Amino acid sequence: MIGFAARRLLATVPVMAVVAVFVFLLLHLGPGDPATVIAGDYAKPEDIARIRAQLGLDRPLYVQFGSWLWRLAQGDLGVSIFSNLPVAQLIGQRLEPTLALSALTLTFAVLVAVPLGTVAAWTAGSWIDRGVMAFAVVGFSVPVFVLGYALIYGLALKLALFPVQGYVGLAEGLWPFLHRLILPSLTLSVVYIALIARITRASVLDVLGEDYIRTAHAKGLTERAVLVRHALRNAAVPIVTVIGIGFALLIGGVVVTESVFNIPGLGRLTVDAVLRRDYPVIQGIILVFSAAYVLVNLVIDILYTVFDPRIRY
Amino acid sequence: MSAPANPEGDVPVLRIRELTVALPPGADRAHAVEDIDLDVHAGEILCVVGESGSGKSVTAQAVMGLLPRGQLRPVGGEILLQGEDLLAAPRARLRGLRGSRMAMIFQEPMTALNPVMSIGRQIAEALTAHIRLTPRARRARVLSLMESVRLAAPEHLYKAYPHQISGGQRQRVMIAMALALEPVLLIADEPTTALDVTTQARILALIREIQAARDTGVLFITHDFGVVAEIADRVAVMQSGRIVETGDAHQILSQPEHPYTRMLIGAVPSLAPAPRDTDDGAPVVLSTEGLSKTYSGHGLLRRQREVVAAKGVSIQVRRGQTLGIVGESGSGKSTVARCVMRLTDPTGGDISLGGSDFGRLGARALWAARKRVQIVFQDPYRSLNPRRTIGRSMTEGPINYGMARAEARARALELLALVGIERGAIDRYPHQFSGGQRQRICIARALALEPELLVADEPVSALDVSVQAQVLRLLDDVRRRYHLGMLFITHDLRVAAQVCDTVAVMLAGEIVEHGPVAEVFERPSHDYTRRLLAAAPGRAWNFGASGVRE
Amino acid sequence: MNSDLLLIGRNTAVMIGGGLLLAMAAAALFAPWLFAGDPTALDPVARLRAPAAAQWFGTDMYGRDLYGRTVYGSRISLLVGLTVAAVSVAVGLSIGLVAGYVRWVDAVVMRVMDGIMAIPGILLAIAMIALAGSSLVTVVVAIAIPEVPRVVRLVRGVVLGIREEPYVEAAISVGTRLPHILIRHVLPNTVAPLIVQATYVCASAMILEAILSFLGAGVPPEIPSWGNIMAEGRTYFQIAPWIIFFPGLALALTVLGVNLLGDGLRDSLDPRITKRM
Repeated sequence: MIGFAARRLLATVPVMAVVAVFVFLLLHLGPGDPATVIAGDYAKPEDIARIRAQLGLDRPLYVQFGSWLWRLAQGDLGVSIFSNLPVAQLIGQRLEPTLALSALTLTFAVLVAVPLGTVAAWTAGSWIDRGVMAFAVVGFSVPVFVLGYALIYGLALKLALFPVQGYVGLAEGLWPFLHRLILPSLTLSVVYIALIARITRASVLDVLGEDYIRTAHAKGLTERAVLVRHALRNAAVPIVTVIGIGFALLIGGVVVTESVFNIPGLGRLTVDAVLRRDYPVIQGIILVFSAAYVLVNLVIDILYTVFDPRIRY
Repeated sequence: MSAPANPEGDVPVLRIRELTVALPPGADRAHAVEDIDLDVHAGEILCVVGESGSGKSVTAQAVMGLLPRGQLRPVGGEILLQGEDLLAAPRARLRGLRGSRMAMIFQEPMTALNPVMSIGRQIAEALTAHIRLTPRARRARVLSLMESVRLAAPEHLYKAYPHQISGGQRQRVMIAMALALEPVLLIADEPTTALDVTTQARILALIREIQAARDTGVLFITHDFGVVAEIADRVAVMQSGRIVETGDAHQILSQPEHPYTRMLIGAVPSLAPAPRDTDDGAPVVLSTEGLSKTYSGHGLLRRQREVVAAKGVSIQVRRGQTLGIVGESGSGKSTVARCVMRLTDPTGGDISLGGSDFGRLGARALWAARKRVQIVFQDPYRSLNPRRTIGRSMTEGPINYGMARAEARARALELLALVGIERGAIDRYPHQFSGGQRQRICIARALALEPELLVADEPVSALDVSVQAQVLRLLDDVRRRYHLGMLFITHDLRVAAQVCDTVAVMLAGEIVEHGPVAEVFERPSHDYTRRLLAAAPGRAWNFGASGVRE
Repeated sequence: MNSDLLLIGRNTAVMIGGGLLLAMAAAALFAPWLFAGDPTALDPVARLRAPAAAQWFGTDMYGRDLYGRTVYGSRISLLVGLTVAAVSVAVGLSIGLVAGYVRWVDAVVMRVMDGIMAIPGILLAIAMIALAGSSLVTVVVAIAIPEVPRVVRLVRGVVLGIREEPYVEAAISVGTRLPHILIRHVLPNTVAPLIVQATYVCASAMILEAILSFLGAGVPPEIPSWGNIMAEGRTYFQIAPWIIFFPGLALALTVLGVNLLGDGLRDSLDPRITKRM
């Protein structure tokens, strides 16, 4: 088990290497001089020179990459051009709201979607199934910010059930913290629920056609025992997989949702950095999010072995 | 095998009367089974025999109440289990009976067990679905069940998962589960079809033994008359959803009355080798010397896993003759075929094809030499591209080697006639043909390139026995007509006895015995060959005395 | 083949989705006829008007007619969606075919694809547009790149499955060479799953384009794309929610149409995977 985890961890190295190369090259693959691009349209020559020096853009590409990678390995993500603060510090400050939003969304989505998908599979072809599937396809089609504004309009402005926007840290108390997070989490979880419910339905339905389900019926088990003990357990691997893959979707959604609800998290930091062309910050955020994605999927890979004894290490 | 005399008036454990099951609209016939009458008495084994599509499995599923919902529906008749009508029983009652008074074992022991639940728990479930037991009593019952089906080291196997044990062991687990509550009726749906012949013999013996000890009535579904001869007390023969003949096993096997039964029994190849006019002077078309294939699992960080699929295989095929490679699954016989075709590259040894060093040819030379050896695969449903007409599949080879389209088509038409397919069918798609027809088309495609060697990899294993005989006859025909060398891969000793001049017996990647077919079959020298022959079901019966070439 | 078409025709999801999509396509094509004015014409007097008979969808903070802007916005959405789908399928198909057949390419390509998949698509796109400047071409490229690995994986999966089929091995045995094996026997099997995948790519590209514009990193702000219209409406959301509502609804309906079409096509093109997803 530990050996498997270690090997799996090692296997993430090439993936992260590709990510690093990509992130590094982003700046250099674009048209024109990177320093000029970053400095913006109305920059003075001395600004451009300063940026060039700060980012070391005057050195050869491989030297730049090498020193960037070396600093990266030490946890140094660089310094923001706009605020002159270390990128790592900027990211650290914005971590809490983003983590809170993602965790709440994920929990909520899984708790709703898995039972929903299972019931849909169990009653395949019925109106319940059709209802769930219709919800799934609609939930998949409404852009998260449109949904966000619709919910703000209905639940916050008209019914005044929730605050319109903003964020309060956990340190201020649990209820104020949750109260402001419910609406954004609800918004963000819809697309995730749609995704997980669909996969759950599909994999449970697949499993229900397997021979061992017939064996379970032949033993005289009740329908519920067949569903829970035999079907759901076997459907777990694809469901867990899609939760991991969908994590990318979640990250994208976080950026947008934070903008809509004015939450000072990593998403807002991203948007601000993009508008200011604060390149080191953009690089840092992409690296952190990608690492999070790789890490989540690593944990999921290790989880497989818990769900399925056939997966060996 | 003699049937126990059933005293008149004794109530059968299972009585089926006028059972009719409807197929969904649009199927090729209205009813899956029609007007079925069957009785299974306590302590007897009734074999229901038939080819695919005869409705034998539907009958079994109807009894268990496991027909696929919404697709197959009983529309008439009754199924009485100890006098209780199952078709009229409410669902909850049916569930209560399943697993307790009637139980079932299935064909695929691989897929019939839940892969993520331990074996002990799966057997325990068969108990706890119906009765309350303390954990300790439950465990004790499970262990004693495992012992009764001769599972070695039950304590150890209790915690094992299905993928960790062999096919034979899995089927024993299925039997233990089925017998957990001592049902009066056991339904076995082709329980040994997916197993190797030696395993099959042991499982059949086990079913026989347990059934006799507990006086269980057994409804045994099979397509194999060899198995029938081994295990049946009485036999019911089904054709297209109807029972055409019922009777005592001995009587049906020795004096079948219905023409269909006679045809089926006649089509079973004899285990006695057919006489061959083997010409030892014919030129050698294929020879391998020390052919080996080792698969190595590769990966940057994974431990290396090596599987030796074939080791030191040396064979020779002469023109106009058939070499059979027989062996059980995993013996490496198909690996040899794939190496000879260069579909996979051998890791050692030589392959010489008509004098050329075929095993080492580079891409260009290999391409030129490929036409000299052609192959027919096992699965006729996957051997033809479903999106291309059979004509295009048949002309692909000749056109690849520069033949004009029209000429290739003319040749394909000729070959179709040769294999017994009407010429007008050349522009049809594969799905419009039956399995046997497709296999004929595959043979025709192979012949289109006028090869010197034909490799047949289990060419009749997926076919019904009546079709099997026709395809075997065709293969033998073309061998003689074109003076082909043939490498015939099979797991079926009966088939090998009928079509081969020489046989090589493979075990764990190596050839353990090699010689003229009559010699190997009549005076096997290796212990494994003897075991294989002894395990062939129905060897006591002289099936198909007339042989393939009647 | 004919039975495929019949099945597609009978599928309600295809009918509804296709209908929605056709309506949007018609709006894009006939925009000048559906809205006679200029969608970029300013009218300071008529600022932030609520929907009414004169302006069906109301006006924005510069007095521009939202109905006109929404109708013209369909052009951008459909253009981006279709182009991204075409580009990513074409690139992904070529890479996937080669990766599925050439071992050493596979090892390298799949590592790179894993890496790209690890970078959240939105962030990659935002970063690229921020650096390369906003233009329609940049947006299409930036959205297409994260989609490519998904197509590659799909194609490679199909190829790996098909190359083991006996009919492919039979074709090799009768001397068919690799390019013909790919074209005759492998490629046709990728068509159905690719069509389905293309619809999903198209849907997600339209959403992504709107999100990028909404965040201020999309197509140039002077182009009336749905995302841009909504981005402009953010500040006025509490007093003029219609600025976001109408283009949002149009976008949701279009994406819904594409998704329904994709689901329906998947169900009718490949009955075996009907149950999946």
